[in-house]
Amino acid sequence: MTTVETATGATKTMVLNMGPQHPSTHGVLRILLELDGETVVKAVPDLGYLHTGIEKSCEDKTYSQAITLTDRMDYLNPLGNNLVYCLAVEKLLGLEVPKRAQYIRVMMVELQRISSHLVWLGTHAIDLGAMSVFLYCFREREEILKIFELFSGQRMMTSYIRIGGVALQPPAGWRQAVERFLKMMPSRVDEYENLLTENPIWMRRTQGIGYISPEDAIALSMTGPTLRAAGVAYDNRKVFPYSSYDEFQFNVPTRTDSDCYGRYMVRVAEMRESLRIVRQAMEKITDEGPIKTEAPGIIPPQREKMKTEMEALIYHFKIFTEGFSPAPGEAFVAIESPRGELGCFVASDGSPKPLRVHFRSPSYINLQALPKLIEGQLIADVVACIGTIDIVLGEVDR
Amino acid sequence: MVETLRSWNPQAVAEVIEYRGETTIVVPRELLRAAAERCRSDAKLQFNLLTDATCVDRSPVEPRFELNYHLVSIPRRYRVRLRVRLNGNDAVVDSLFPVWPGANWLEREIFDLFGVRFSGHPDLRRILLPEDWEGHPLRRDYPVEGFRDLPSTGEMFRKSSVL
Repeated sequence: MTTVETATGATKTMVLNMGPQHPSTHGVLRILLELDGETVVKAVPDLGYLHTGIEKSCEDKTYSQAITLTDRMDYLNPLGNNLVYCLAVEKLLGLEVPKRAQYIRVMMVELQRISSHLVWLGTHAIDLGAMSVFLYCFREREEILKIFELFSGQRMMTSYIRIGGVALQPPAGWRQAVERFLKMMPSRVDEYENLLTENPIWMRRTQGIGYISPEDAIALSMTGPTLRAAGVAYDNRKVFPYSSYDEFQFNVPTRTDSDCYGRYMVRVAEMRESLRIVRQAMEKITDEGPIKTEAPGIIPPQREKMKTEMEALIYHFKIFTEGFSPAPGEAFVAIESPRGELGCFVASDGSPKPLRVHFRSPSYINLQALPKLIEGQLIADVVACIGTIDIVLGEVDR
Repeated sequence: MVETLRSWNPQAVAEVIEYRGETTIVVPRELLRAAAERCRSDAKLQFNLLTDATCVDRSPVEPRFELNYHLVSIPRRYRVRLRVRLNGNDAVVDSLFPVWPGANWLEREIFDLFGVRFSGHPDLRRILLPEDWEGHPLRRDYPVEGFRDLPSTGEMFRKSSVL
């Protein structure tokens, strides 16, 4: 407790413990708030409540086994986590992925981006008191999860993207399912915008709240929609394209207001851009073609070959018992996850298990800027600011 | 990129590694902060974003710790990795917090999980693990299942008084 000088004289501050079990923290995050009346003087985030040691566990698994762990890091973006890990291992091995598999990957992660933004929008709106948006967003998210289930058999922890390609051929009827979603979704996004964009309560709760200057945002290593709302058009899909993103037509929405409202507008615009990418990817995916690269000893052979070729059977056995050993070296890959730059660093020492796997999780690093966003603001705005960074605590703590 | 750094101070570039299209510049420990500051402020480099910092433990090989800083130049669309090698018995390096404030939590995480210390860091505390945790779990000599002497599930089942 300290004494601060204000316009009305000296007052005493109090320390308030927010969380770890607080509905608006989207997980278990504890924030120590030093308050002067209702104004936040100082904020100290305390994390680690969901630390599961995923990076350590990866060191004890073979390269292929670790894919299932990556799903569980960020439950709103499992496909993106698979993708970044697989891209890093593929880079380490020097593997090329067939174009068809790349387009399938792009389509899946863009659908994932929409579903992640929907969960963000729904929960952010409910934090600020708009109940119905939440119900609408989850209704549409369910449609995306149904598409994932069609492709992989799982709604959330799909492990669909594998080293060298994807796990399964697209199922019968996938085009109709995606087409139905693409037809429905634009009007649904309009519906959310009708509810919020010009809603006076929403505007009062978000405009001018949680401002951060572009210089501060870069200095604090922020990425993703939070950085783009500050006017910096840094998007890995454009700047360092991966998975053939350079063949797709899309814009990178930016704003200059850099407040909660700006970040909301950026994310809504990103949903529309993602729909464009999904449409293009769907047109690029041919009906027939490979979904995995051919790399004996690294990529499991086709089932048919295993029954007719001796070598294929031996490779299959070796891959699933011993694994494969990339040459010693390191690789770092960064993709644009719904929350920002999701990076994966993989180091090999020439053994079948990785020497080190590290995830550069955007939630963790963006959360670092939280004190900057909320210091000097009212306590009610703390909730808006936590929501606007779009953190997933599973990814923060890993 | 490497030449710019070398022309500033030839000693700053101890080794350059090119692997899989990525450039790694190995920097001596004493020059890390100065080299990082140069990377950020030099008009030809402009590495304004410190995107990631992480550590690799190569135990029992010495120097066992390898710190990797991944830098991005948003205006110039470059990526580079700065690397510092540290001995296990003297794992201390200058903090990059004065250069990029974003290094704060990244370095706290490395301190927490590897036990590497950063001199000049404003708030070097554990971040993911409880403050009274013993050891640094991401070191190679720390077992995956931890140090705590917990009986296995089967053992607990056999000892259970219910049966």
